Amino acid sequence: MGWPLAVSAGLMEKRPGALFAALWPLSAGHLAGTFLVLLPFALLLALAEWQRPIQVAASLLVIGFGVFRLLNRRHPRALARIRPSQLSLWSFAIAIAHGAGLMLVPIYLGLCQTLDMDAGHQAAGALIGANLGMAVLVAIVHVAAMVAAGGFLAWLVYRYLGLKLVARSWFNLDASWAVSLILVGAVALAFNLVSWH
Amino acid sequence: MTMRPDPTFHASPKLAMEAPPENFAYTLLLSPDFSKPDALAVIDAKPGSPTFSQIVHTVTMPNKGDEFHHFGWNACSSALSPLSGHAFLERRYLIIPGLRSSRIYIIDTKPDPTQARIHKIIEPEEVFKKTGYSRPHTIHCGPEGIYVSTLGGAGKDGTDGPPGIFIMDCETFEILGRWEIDRGPQKLHYDFWWNLPRDYMVSSEWGLPPQFENGIVPEDLLSNKYGHCLHFWDLRERRHVQTIDLGANHQMALEVRPAHDPIREHGFCGVVVDTTNLEGSIWTWWRENGKFHAEKTAVIPAEPAPKEQLPPLLQGFGAVPPLVTDIDLSMDDRFLYVACWGTGEMRQYDVTDPRKPKLAGSVHIGGIARRTPHSNGKAFAGGPQMVEISRDGKRVYWTNSLYSSWDNQFYPGGVPGAEVMANVGSNGGLELDKDYCVSFPEGYRAHQIRLEGGDCSTDSFCYPSVRI
Repeated sequence: MGWPLAVSAGLMEKRPGALFAALWPLSAGHLAGTFLVLLPFALLLALAEWQRPIQVAASLLVIGFGVFRLLNRRHPRALARIRPSQLSLWSFAIAIAHGAGLMLVPIYLGLCQTLDMDAGHQAAGALIGANLGMAVLVAIVHVAAMVAAGGFLAWLVYRYLGLKLVARSWFNLDASWAVSLILVGAVALAFNLVSWH
Repeated sequence: MTMRPDPTFHASPKLAMEAPPENFAYTLLLSPDFSKPDALAVIDAKPGSPTFSQIVHTVTMPNKGDEFHHFGWNACSSALSPLSGHAFLERRYLIIPGLRSSRIYIIDTKPDPTQARIHKIIEPEEVFKKTGYSRPHTIHCGPEGIYVSTLGGAGKDGTDGPPGIFIMDCETFEILGRWEIDRGPQKLHYDFWWNLPRDYMVSSEWGLPPQFENGIVPEDLLSNKYGHCLHFWDLRERRHVQTIDLGANHQMALEVRPAHDPIREHGFCGVVVDTTNLEGSIWTWWRENGKFHAEKTAVIPAEPAPKEQLPPLLQGFGAVPPLVTDIDLSMDDRFLYVACWGTGEMRQYDVTDPRKPKLAGSVHIGGIARRTPHSNGKAFAGGPQMVEISRDGKRVYWTNSLYSSWDNQFYPGGVPGAEVMANVGSNGGLELDKDYCVSFPEGYRAHQIRLEGGDCSTDSFCYPSVRI
C-alpha cells in the first residue's frame, strides 16, 4: 500500500534514495494504523471469560465493515485533504479507512487463543502484557511484509518498468477487498462457533 | 466505477503526449443575442475521415441565455494521484457552466461522442444556495473532485461578497460547497490551476459581473479597476498564501498556465492590456525557496490603424491593442501559444527558458484592422481567441469569439462562429491547416474547445516526465 507514493518521491527528487526514504514514513503510518485497531482487542482479551463473545463480536465487526465497504464505494474525498508531504499521516489514515488493521483482528485473536490456554490461572497484568506483545508482533510482521512487497514493486517501476505501469497495474480491488474482509470475518466466526459448542 | 483506470489517464505529461491523438473536438456554441439555446458541438477531427472538420453531433440545451464560455471534464489524469488511492473514475462527463445564467449542464459523452446527451442539469438556485457564488467559469478535475471557479459573488449583480471556487462531487455532481477556508485579500476571480505534488494553486483576476456582463466598461479600464493580481494558495489547506500585484496598469490577468511537468515550479499568465501603452504581455511566475515571484517576460505592442478601420471604442486611440485573451502551454512545456484577439494573430513562443520567451512562430488571421482571411481564402471574423493544443503538440485549434457583449464592442460587424487549426513544425513554426475550417450554424458563436481524451488545459499530472 502506498508504493506509487514511493515512486513519486524518487522521481520528484530525482534520486533513488528518496524512494527508500519514503518507505519509512509509509511503514510507520501503517504500523500505527494497524496497531491502533489491534490495541483495544489486546486490552479486552484480559477479560478472559468474555473471550468468546469478544471474538464473535470482532468477527461480526470485520464482516460489517466489509459489507459497508462493498455498499459504499464512493471516491474517497477525505484523503484528498492530506498533503503530499504527510506520508505517515496518509498511510495511517488509509490503513484505518481501508480496514487493513481490522483484517488482522481475527488472525490476531486466533493467535492469542493458543497463547493463553490457561488464561484463567494468569494475572490480568501479565495477560495484557502478553497480548500487547502479540499485537505488536502481528502488526510488525504485517507491515514488514507490506513494505517489502510494495518497496520491491516501487523500485521495479522506478528503475526498470516505467510510469506506464502505474496506470496499467492498477486494478479496482475495492470489491474484492470488501469481500475478503467479509470472508475473513465469516471464517473466524465459524471457527469460533464450532469450537464453542 | 471501472475495474481499471481510464486509458486516457496518464501518469506523466510525456505518457499523455505518446497516447493516440484526438478524434473529436468538442466546442461550445453560444447564441449572442440569446434568441436560441446554447449548444455543444462535436466536431470530427480525425484526418482522412469523410466528415473531417464537420459537426457530427450537436447537443442543444433546453434553456436560452446561458452564455457558454469554458467547460471541462469530470475526471482526468489527476485521478492517478498516488494519494487518492482510487483511480477508478471515467473521463466521461463534460461539465458546462452557463456564465450568464449560472446553470450547469452535465453532458454524458459515452458510449460515443456522437451520442453525447444531457445527463443532469444543476439549476442556478442550487449554485447560489450552496456556494454564495454565481457565474461559474473554469472547470478543473482534481483531488477533491471537480473545482469550479466563479466570477460573481451572491446577489443579483454578483457583487454581494467576493467570487471564488466551489467543489462538486465527481460522481454524483452534487455541489459540495465553497473551496476556500481562508481567502485572504482575494476579491476578484478568473482562472486557476495548480501543481498537485507541490500542493499549490494559482488564481487570476478579471472583474466583477457589472464590469463585463454588459460589455467592457471603458471608464473602469482607464482607471485600472479591472483585476491585476495573481493569487497563490495552499491547495490542501485551501488557504491563501501570497498575492503578487502585477501593477494596476496591467489590466485583466486572465489565463494561468502552470508547467505540466510537476517537477517544474513555474508557469505563465497572460495580461490583456497595459493601459499606459495598449500592450499585451506575458508574465512568468515561479516558486523559489517557498516564495512566489513573477515578472513580465514578453510584450506584444499595439498596432496603429486609421480611425475608419476602428470601432468607436478604439477610435480615440488610433491603434489596435493585441488583447491577449488566451494563452496555452504545450504538454512538453516548450511552446506557449498566445492569442492576440485584437490584432488577429496567434503567436507561438519557445519557452524552453521560461523567463526568456522567444517568438518561434506566428499566424495572422482575422483582426480588428488587419482582417486577414484564412490561407484557404475563407473570411475569418473576430480574431484568434480560445486556443487548445493537441496532447502531442502537433495541432493547435482555436475559435474566434471572446464574450458576447465584448465581441460587439470590438467587432461591431459581427463574429460568426469559426474554428480553425494550425499544424506545428517539429522545431516550432505554425501553419494553418487548409482543410480544418469548421462552419457553425447561422447565429452561433464558438468558444472553448475540448479535445477527446484530454488536451493541454485539462489534465494535471502527479508524476514528472523525467526518465531515470
